[in-house]
Amino acid sequence: MLTLENVHTHYGPIEALKGVSLNVQQGEIVTLIGANGAGKSTLLMTVCGDPRASAGTITWKGNDITKEETSKIMRTGLAVVPEGRRVFSAMTVEENLSMGGFFNKTTYDQRMAHVLELFPRLEERFKQRAGTMSGGEQQMLAIGRALMSEPELLILDEPSLGLAPLIINQIFDIIHKLRDEGMTIFLVEQNANQALRLADRGYVIENGKIVLEDTGANLLVNEDVRKAYLGG
Amino acid sequence: MSESIFYFLQQVTNGLTIGSTYALIAIGYTMVYGIIGMINFAHGEVYMMGTYVAFIALAGLSMLGIDNPLLLIGLALMVSIMVASAYGFTIERVAYRPLRSSKRLIALISAIGMSIFLQNYIRLAQGSRDIAMPSLIQGGFLMGDPNGSHIMISYMQIIIMISTVICMVGLTLFITRSRMGRACRACSQDIGMTNLLGINSNNVIAVTFVIGAALAAVAGMLLGLYYGVVNPYIGFMAGLKAFTAAVLGGIGSIPGAMLGGLILGVTESLTAGYLTAEYKDVVAFSLLVLILLFMPSGILGKPEVEKI
Repeated sequence: MLTLENVHTHYGPIEALKGVSLNVQQGEIVTLIGANGAGKSTLLMTVCGDPRASAGTITWKGNDITKEETSKIMRTGLAVVPEGRRVFSAMTVEENLSMGGFFNKTTYDQRMAHVLELFPRLEERFKQRAGTMSGGEQQMLAIGRALMSEPELLILDEPSLGLAPLIINQIFDIIHKLRDEGMTIFLVEQNANQALRLADRGYVIENGKIVLEDTGANLLVNEDVRKAYLGG
Repeated sequence: MSESIFYFLQQVTNGLTIGSTYALIAIGYTMVYGIIGMINFAHGEVYMMGTYVAFIALAGLSMLGIDNPLLLIGLALMVSIMVASAYGFTIERVAYRPLRSSKRLIALISAIGMSIFLQNYIRLAQGSRDIAMPSLIQGGFLMGDPNGSHIMISYMQIIIMISTVICMVGLTLFITRSRMGRACRACSQDIGMTNLLGINSNNVIAVTFVIGAALAAVAGMLLGLYYGVVNPYIGFMAGLKAFTAAVLGGIGSIPGAMLGGLILGVTESLTAGYLTAEYKDVVAFSLLVLILLFMPSGILGKPEVEKI
């Protein structure tokens, strides 16, 4: 469904991705784990065209999207929950969600109902400004906003970052639920333990390169992975 | 009531009239700044061209035999809005969009270049002399004793204030209720995120330029009729005043631009009324210096956090 082949990404003179190849198949949860600065977020954002890859090819549903504009890529069934959530803090929950469903008006009401069903909390806060909500609620909003475009592939960048354990469990439950509904999920997590337990497959990234690829279950018991990312 | 109160109220009325046109122009500065963080220095020129287009439209329409003043104003206003919007759109496309990814200073220089170009283009096309605008609307309300202390509110002043209120209400509804208006607000908070939601931010930016230009055209036409004169240089001063109003209210904030325009207009008018008219620009720009020194984020603006 999504394929990256030998993708390089530069921030000025710094090469953040050094030839990454991976793929995500329909209906899978794929997770990417790695240390801070290994290039996890860069990889996700490169798929979205922000920043653009400097070399290599990214193929999405059979089309080459490597040189495509971000806003165009995001209208083809991809949605992202970026690092740090990036909700529009001065706008209400409703307005934030409507921005997620901006370009597809026909099924708007259905999708809104679906998102509010997944996150009843957002319905309670419907007219409240996003900036006044807790971190967990903002994360729910960011996920809800992404779901408003009815994506086939949902890209999640560290959805558990900075949240209380109870909220993290809720977020992971939601990811599970979405997968059961048939959504494909590409997940970056520092919380490698929980992510690998949820994932069908996982990739380990180090210094801008993929160093390991296996099923989630195998990576969980892999000696090197345990040492490096799961605390021994 | 004593005479001094009437005099004061007259100055305030005059100030609110001018101030509402400053507010209309200031919105163009503040919306563009809110989204792309750039001062569109060619905006004053759009206002000036709005006045010229209105003048030409008025002349053309009266040659066609239309003589109802309100109908004339209404039609000329529509022509002016359409032409100015087209200019606003084109200016962004030609002078700013190609520089979107470069440094702010480069876009700013491009804006100044655009401003010089437009001013001279109109100077060559229309001549540099003052052109008299027809005074279509005369007379007004007189309150108080016609032979003693009174306030005079001209019909033109009333038209200006009503038009401004209509524009402001329309803009507020657009910004809060419509899809595109919400997208404008989203862009002003996080333009990268709006792109990540599949919203083409270039279209949103074009829309803000068009709206700003349309409001400037309304101000241009109304002020042209109010002052009764137009020349290719009026855009410079009006642009600076409106910019001051935008900074005073807090650049990036739409209610701020409205408030800043009114405060600036009244301040100027009171200066002209109680000191001398020569000092009104001095006071206006001293105000700008003082705000920048002591209240850089303006009355309703949020302090800008430099993003790293």
